Amino acid sequence: MALEDLQHNFLTAPIEDLVRWARRASVWPASFGLACCAIEMMAAGGADFDLARFGMEVFRNSPRQADLMIVAGRVSQKMAPVLRQVYDQMMEPKWVISMGVCASTGGLFNNYAIVQGVDQIVPVDVYAPGCPPSPETLMHAILTLHEQIRTGEIMKRRHEGNPTHLGHDGGVWTPEVPVTVRMGTPK
Amino acid sequence: MIPLPPLAPPAVLVDEALACDVACFPTPEQYLDLVAAFKDDGFEMCVDVCGVDYLEHAERALPEGVAPTRFEVVVNLLSLSKKQRVRVRVQAGTESPRVESLFHIYPGTEAPERETFDMFGILFDGHPDLTRILMPEDWEGHPLRKDYGVGHVPIQFKEAPGPR
Amino acid sequence: MSDVTRTADRPERLTGETSEGAQELTRRIDTASDQLGREVGSVLRLDGVTLDPREVDYERDDDETMIINMGPAHPSTHGVLRLMLELDGEFVLRTKVVIGYLHTGMEKTGETLSYVQGATNVTRMDYLSPVINELSYSLTIEKLLGVQIPERATWIRMLMSELNRVSSHLVWMATNGMDLGSTSMMIYGLRERELILAFFEKTAGLRLNLNYVRPGGVAADLPDGWEDDIEVICNTIEERTYEYDQLLTGQPILRNRLIGVGAITAEEALALSLTGPLLRSTGVPWDLRRSMPYLAYDQVDFDVIVGTYGDNFDRYAIRLNEIRESIRIVRQCVEKMPAGDYRSQDPKVTPPPRARIGESMEALIHHFKLFTEGFHVPAGEVYSAVESPRGEIGCYMVSDGGPKPYRIHVRAPSFTNLQAMPLLMRGASVSDAITMISTVDPVLGEVDR
Repeated sequence: MALEDLQHNFLTAPIEDLVRWARRASVWPASFGLACCAIEMMAAGGADFDLARFGMEVFRNSPRQADLMIVAGRVSQKMAPVLRQVYDQMMEPKWVISMGVCASTGGLFNNYAIVQGVDQIVPVDVYAPGCPPSPETLMHAILTLHEQIRTGEIMKRRHEGNPTHLGHDGGVWTPEVPVTVRMGTPK
Repeated sequence: MIPLPPLAPPAVLVDEALACDVACFPTPEQYLDLVAAFKDDGFEMCVDVCGVDYLEHAERALPEGVAPTRFEVVVNLLSLSKKQRVRVRVQAGTESPRVESLFHIYPGTEAPERETFDMFGILFDGHPDLTRILMPEDWEGHPLRKDYGVGHVPIQFKEAPGPR
Repeated sequence: MSDVTRTADRPERLTGETSEGAQELTRRIDTASDQLGREVGSVLRLDGVTLDPREVDYERDDDETMIINMGPAHPSTHGVLRLMLELDGEFVLRTKVVIGYLHTGMEKTGETLSYVQGATNVTRMDYLSPVINELSYSLTIEKLLGVQIPERATWIRMLMSELNRVSSHLVWMATNGMDLGSTSMMIYGLRERELILAFFEKTAGLRLNLNYVRPGGVAADLPDGWEDDIEVICNTIEERTYEYDQLLTGQPILRNRLIGVGAITAEEALALSLTGPLLRSTGVPWDLRRSMPYLAYDQVDFDVIVGTYGDNFDRYAIRLNEIRESIRIVRQCVEKMPAGDYRSQDPKVTPPPRARIGESMEALIHHFKLFTEGFHVPAGEVYSAVESPRGEIGCYMVSDGGPKPYRIHVRAPSFTNLQAMPLLMRGASVSDAITMISTVDPVLGEVDR
């Protein structure tokens, strides 16, 4: 991450601000709508709750061109590898918003078929609760993400080796396969 | 009373309260012939094939002559011309349940029968492609069986050490 | 619930290929002839004669065609549908649909929830028409319970179902428009839908997945001033539907892409258990609201829209006109709405009003029992179906006399409608394949449950 390797001083600060502005003002979401939350995500992109004013109306279908993966909906055991593949194909810097309770924690469906929280597969930056979250909640989550990009907090955290919940204790953070995902035959 | 086709099984139950609902209980040998007879009689569409696991109700009350087994396959048929529905319940067996496939009578049962196989492990003889449909290919076990747990993950609160 | 032992981790499943083995499309050499016949779309050739792979009329050998994957994460597959196609250049020879990417174990979860809680589970299956899912579920339970629903509750249910049908068809028009390239239709469809969702939020509290129709009636009465809200909705949608008609129906590109493409006959549709607009487009006038009426559909006037050629354009026209018919029904519901209770007053099913709990011990006990354990439904089994925007959605329920269903199975229309995919795709180009998925209108939540 070239920006974080720069020495922070009064000359580079404006450059950093510029880069951060560019990063947050044109976040392109990857379309990863799975279930009911996808419909609310589409509604958020529609005319009443316009995402275009944040520069986000282009839902890129190719993960190579996307910055943000909004995991909208419940992630089943069969879909988990696909989710991980799409995440791995995205280029840095990339962010993940976990939209809805099913993506955040498994939601209503605490059973054999649903991964209990998409943060077991990909690192999540913002969680948006709701079933489904109304487009206003999603926009609040997006704006929270923008705020974190603006202050540079999010990239600093990554560079320093947080989040610890993936079992790392420092060093440069790289996406790695998390420890436990699949549950096998219960009981 | 729905006029039944000539090959009527020994056990037919009519539920008056449910008006147009009729449930038939053929033996596994009579099953295919009964469904074919229904099709000739004007039941053009097979709406659904599903399974039920009666593990906890092994001694349930069934009409005379029908011996209850653990697994049952339930077929719902619909007649558009007569505007009627009929239900066929066949006892599939307990240890290794298997019935004949309705695919050659009603091609639209392909997906529901695969789902019943996936969820219960009931085999359908004559089905062209009996593979899992909803679960991943390497999944072990049949989820809707009663001895298969829900897979509930205990939710911890209050500073529990864990992957999250 | 019992503890679950996490058995062997499978991290290799995350880094390896996403291959589903036998569920995928394989080379012709490796496929049995019956299955080959299905993948190529032969429905009526299966009359007991086994097909020899050499009999199926391909023009290309195995090594001149390509098997590609329209994978679960795709912009145009209406959710996480995976289609494997064998292509000869641009044209499709064989198709296999791989589903299960949204399997939620709802039927298993339904066995652990009480009858009132079950509505929250069922409503998330077909997430574009949640009220209709709940309606099918509630009607099934009421058949088993034998409880009478007050008239007002019936008419409210009908009103909400028809509004849901309109909103589902509007989403269909939006996504269909986008699949065909008309991105403005996407914006228009979602815009109109917001009016209906605002009404839902006023009535039920939620925009989507409203837990509104419950066994015994509905959860809450209609809000004050609802007639005016509905009047605005009806007028706006009627006017705008006329505009969409003008925008799309005569448009030459749309006509070329939809007319004559994906035609099926009535025999094939019946053999494949297709229902809904798919069946009606072939000329079979089957609509459960007219043929086997439930609620109060026999007391309202509406037309059943039937197509002629069974092609994509017929399905498009059917859905467009169903919006108009539903608005007609909604207007009649406004006129004929009776006064009365919005839920059954049977104390075994409905909890007493909150105010009485402080006064009467009986009321307190009833409330407690109903919310901790739930009401018991007499033992039995029943299947009951309603007409959803996609076809016949039915609920088969087995009860053993307890507070939770013993087995609940939902017959999802999109699940069986997807069996038509190989038939539709045979010989079509890849761009036509997109329009065909779009007009079949699968909702993967109910396909995978």
